[in-house]
Amino acid sequence: MGNILSLTTFLPLLGAVILALFLRGDDADAQRNAKWVALVTTVVTFICSLFILTNFDPNNTGFQMVESRDWLLGLQYKMGVDGISILFVMLTTFLMPLVIAACWTVETRVKEYMIAFLVLETLMLGVFLALDLVLFYLFFEAGLIPMFLIIGIWGGKNRIYASFKFFLYTFLGSVLMLVAMVAMFADAGTTDIPTLMTHTFGTENFNVLGVQIVGGMQTLLWLAFFASFAVKMPMWPVHTWLPDAHVQAPTAGSVVLAAILLKMGGYGFLRFSLPMFPVGSEVMGPLVLWLSAIAIVYTSLVALVQDDMKKLIAYSSVAHMGYVTMGIFAVNQQGIDGAIFQMISHGFISGALFLCVGVIYDRMHTREIDAYGGLVNRMPAYALIFMFFTMANVGLPGTSGFVGEFLTLMGIFQVNTWIAVFATSGVILSAAYALWLYRRVVMGDLIKESLKTISDMTTRERAIFAPLVVMTLLLGVYPALVLDIIGPSVAALVDNYDTALATFEAATQFASN
Amino acid sequence: MIGADIQILMPEIVLAVYAMGALLAAVYTTKDGMAPLLTWATSGLFVLMAVWIGINGQGTNIAFGGMFVDDGFARFAKVVILLSAAAVLLMSESYMQRRGLLRFEYPILVALAVVGMMVMVSAGDLMALYMGLELQSLALYVVASLRRDSVKSTEAGLKYFVLGALSSGLLLYGASLTYGFAGTTLFAGIIEATADEPSLGLLFGLVFLIAGFAFKVSAAPFHMWTPDVYEGSPTPVTAFFATAPKVAAMALFARVVHDAFGGIVGDWQQIVAFLAVVSMFLGAIAAIGQKDIKRLMAYSSIAHMGFALMGLAAGTAFGVQAMLIYMAIYVTMNIGTFAFILSMERDGRPVTNIESLKMYSKRQPLRALAMLVLLFSLAGVPPMVGFFGKFYVLRAAYDGGLAWLAVAGVIASVIGAFYYLRIVYFMYFGEEGEALDGKINPVLWGFLMGSAAVMLIGVVNLFGIEPIAAAAAATLVN
Repeated sequence: MGNILSLTTFLPLLGAVILALFLRGDDADAQRNAKWVALVTTVVTFICSLFILTNFDPNNTGFQMVESRDWLLGLQYKMGVDGISILFVMLTTFLMPLVIAACWTVETRVKEYMIAFLVLETLMLGVFLALDLVLFYLFFEAGLIPMFLIIGIWGGKNRIYASFKFFLYTFLGSVLMLVAMVAMFADAGTTDIPTLMTHTFGTENFNVLGVQIVGGMQTLLWLAFFASFAVKMPMWPVHTWLPDAHVQAPTAGSVVLAAILLKMGGYGFLRFSLPMFPVGSEVMGPLVLWLSAIAIVYTSLVALVQDDMKKLIAYSSVAHMGYVTMGIFAVNQQGIDGAIFQMISHGFISGALFLCVGVIYDRMHTREIDAYGGLVNRMPAYALIFMFFTMANVGLPGTSGFVGEFLTLMGIFQVNTWIAVFATSGVILSAAYALWLYRRVVMGDLIKESLKTISDMTTRERAIFAPLVVMTLLLGVYPALVLDIIGPSVAALVDNYDTALATFEAATQFASN
Repeated sequence: MIGADIQILMPEIVLAVYAMGALLAAVYTTKDGMAPLLTWATSGLFVLMAVWIGINGQGTNIAFGGMFVDDGFARFAKVVILLSAAAVLLMSESYMQRRGLLRFEYPILVALAVVGMMVMVSAGDLMALYMGLELQSLALYVVASLRRDSVKSTEAGLKYFVLGALSSGLLLYGASLTYGFAGTTLFAGIIEATADEPSLGLLFGLVFLIAGFAFKVSAAPFHMWTPDVYEGSPTPVTAFFATAPKVAAMALFARVVHDAFGGIVGDWQQIVAFLAVVSMFLGAIAAIGQKDIKRLMAYSSIAHMGFALMGLAAGTAFGVQAMLIYMAIYVTMNIGTFAFILSMERDGRPVTNIESLKMYSKRQPLRALAMLVLLFSLAGVPPMVGFFGKFYVLRAAYDGGLAWLAVAGVIASVIGAFYYLRIVYFMYFGEEGEALDGKINPVLWGFLMGSAAVMLIGVVNLFGIEPIAAAAAATLVN
């Protein structure tokens, strides 16, 4: 079991290579085989990741199951898992089989589609498991390529614009992070993430182009990482690529984007920004909190007026990610616990919501809200499931959405009451747009001619939703399942952060005396 | 004494004698009938020489009183030059044959240009430098106008010649100023003359020399000739221009600024950094509007030279190492890309319009995939090897105190990514268009696939090029 992490990470890639090399033709049989190979690969990957979970010891706050090998330029191939990353790994491996099952009805270039998703899974797992800066960057950036192709090839009408915007936006964000990584490499002499966490980067103020940078190098590095993760998250005001990308992406692409890719931003903040640049985080933290609060209220309002279902859910994602950034930069146990919880639960809920849109899109080929109405009459099972996830999205107690929002709000309340008040209003707004969407699509009389023959969910579709419903409920009524795993690691993170800040403050006071 | 000198110069002499012999043989026998044979033979000889130099060369050997230096740095550059020239010759054979362009002069001129390049990278003296440079340039001017009945090709040759002569003039002027103020043309002497406060004349000489080199590597603002020459020349010749001469000129650039002016790094660093940043942005922005893939590659090469210069601007051994690795990766990518461009045909006629690639991926999925890998590598997106080239030069620039240059570089690379993505867009997302020919020459196929495979597999350890480049850089900068 020495290299279970690498095994899990590269299994999907192996599946992709097998598909690429051995599957010929594009007839119905080949397409079915491609789907089955992809499904089996992702399921096996999920089983592998279960071994990681069972071998994982939550009370050990360091990195576990570490593998390391020399690479070039003094870099290392180093993988490891800790309390912060493990659940993201599980989220990814858990969702991928569902994603593959969700694209069972795709008929164009199926083999390539499956390859793209399998490669993407490897890259996503790599992001969460990499323990070397450059290795992390490699996975982080490479993930853009399959997603670019997924949106561009299998997307909707305006897919070209959306795919270019997605790629260039995120690329611009992350190249700045690359420069910061180079600077960190030069400063610390290593790219090993655990070592960098204990390294103290310079905090002396200096001037750049006549502007004094409080917190010095740490603030600059923090800003560079922020540029990347804020775009990925996405935070207001750099979120504009997301609605476009979501609307144009195929259903499965939207699910992956919302459920996993967005979490890379939050994971990045927890892995890099907080532990490595505590002073930078402290200096810039209030800015993030206010941006998050604005994001929650503003994007919720924007969501209210959307007439495209996917766009509405995309904006609601931005709002929910606002809670995550808020919780992270509250930097206390509740805040960060809540942020991670919110990310995991949002993975299930937003994924399910996009699947819900996918179900009716597959039947009607439109996402216009006005094209629907009264679906409950013909699709009772669908109405029930959509209801459940709408409520989870609103944050109804008993669903996982509630726990995440509540914890982050509790965390932020201890730091800044005003922001907490401001952000809480977002909960009300989310109820407004989500329920209104539900009413317009599902409730009422079925008067539209085109909907008269619509059929309810098939067994395959029900099977996809079942695990998501179970997880959302389970985490909602028994959140300790998640909190027990992440708790010790988060406590250590907060502890180190406070110690680093105390040292810094003592040093500055000593200097000013 | 002379015997030992000649020993050191042996590879160049062998190649030059071969070129002359081949010229005679061809003229007195079947002329163009020998061209295919000569092409294969020259390319085989290049590979042999590369192996010979790569394996046999050891230590630093100085010939002719310092005029000619054979060190690890020169050998690294020579191996890259020889291998890329061999690859380009192999790729051109069938293309030129079918268009009646395969004249016997072509492989001979390429061989002579390569001799010039080898002298360039080994030059230890301004005279030797100029001789090598002119030998290379003159051969290249002729090759550019190889398609004698095409207006565009002759225009390319003429343009290249006139502007090249101008740049040679600049360079020569710089060399004479340097000689005048340093009292010697030997690099070893010049570096002594700059030991204490260098005179203004010497600095002027340095600036003119750099202007001349910038022209040869096609760095902005001395890039004007590149797009026209790339577009007008026959495609195999363009492939040649994009690879070996760039490496030679870059190596020469590094040799002069370090060997002759290594004492006054601060004086040339700013100039090189300026060239780098202007090239990166110009290459990235000007390529966006291009419709012809050869012109696009011209601007792409300008941007790439900007990145390589970023490594050089660092002014450190690591910077030179980064530059060498960057150039080796750049050449490999370009060979694959040009193998693809050479295979773009419709009804047997070459097509260079980017829009002709519409939905290429549907008809030729494997080739489109290889090109996709190369394009993302050119854009510097990991995990392709092109990313590591960028990473090395960024690291070098940062270590050299040029953090602003690193930031400018990555921003330019984002702008640049757009036009590579545009090709991907045509190949994968666009609407159906008129199909290109499905046939591909096996040699081109091999180079395309090989180059793409290198871009992917290289992520493991860059094929061990790193320590070799480090050793090469260490012999130049100490």
